[in-house]
Amino acid sequence: MKLQTICDIVNGNILNEFQDSSDYTKAFASDLMSDVLRFSMENTVLITGLSTIQTIRTAEITNLSCLIIARDKKVSCDMINLAAHSRISIISTQASVFEISGLLYEKGLKPVY
Amino acid sequence: MKMQYFIQGGDFSAGGRASTEVKSIIKQFNISPEKIRRIAIALYEAEMNVVAHAFKGKMDVDLRPDHIRVVFIDEGPGIEDIDKAMEEGFSTASDEVRQMGFGAGMGLPNIKRNCDEMLLSSVPGKGTRLEIKVLF
Repeated sequence: MKLQTICDIVNGNILNEFQDSSDYTKAFASDLMSDVLRFSMENTVLITGLSTIQTIRTAEITNLSCLIIARDKKVSCDMINLAAHSRISIISTQASVFEISGLLYEKGLKPVY
Repeated sequence: MKMQYFIQGGDFSAGGRASTEVKSIIKQFNISPEKIRRIAIALYEAEMNVVAHAFKGKMDVDLRPDHIRVVFIDEGPGIEDIDKAMEEGFSTASDEVRQMGFGAGMGLPNIKRNCDEMLLSSVPGKGTRLEIKVLF
């Protein structure tokens, strides 16, 4: 599933557009970064309500290239700059983690665990 | 190849910078993506432990053809009971640490899971030394 398709499904906005040709096949939902660090995150979208610089760092470390920030949480300029540097896409949406998970599951993304 | 990084306790905005730098450096060598992933996760969890619990610390990286050895030495409160600290779910982290998505007592077990050798020693009231080795 392409980035733009995911963005459309969750009715979100891509905050840092760049050429992302990834084909995402899985999703993981968590606000606990240590939990994210436990699993292999290839071709995975992270759905989270945690909007901090450590969300981006965790994505860098685990090779995540797409984050969906739920409930319209504020995404700082520092986060966007760091994400751009590491070619990580950020989608912001008003939807909750529960709602985003349901929508993407229904459209075929698989769970990591 | 040797590298050294300073880690400031409590500086959550910089936490993880050293680990991501090391990750980008070791990606230039002929190391498998899975090993790189394991090393990066172990280093990041260890770096965040220093940020979360210590006053300051340093990370010494020694990259060899067949392994990487990383030693974290910090000045801080130390660990009272290492066996307890290694248990999944045990944490003494502050609310600030938890708000950053850590502090659920998974850091040390995550480090152990991702390295081939792990040596942890601590003097309560002085600081902690953590040595991690990953074979290629």
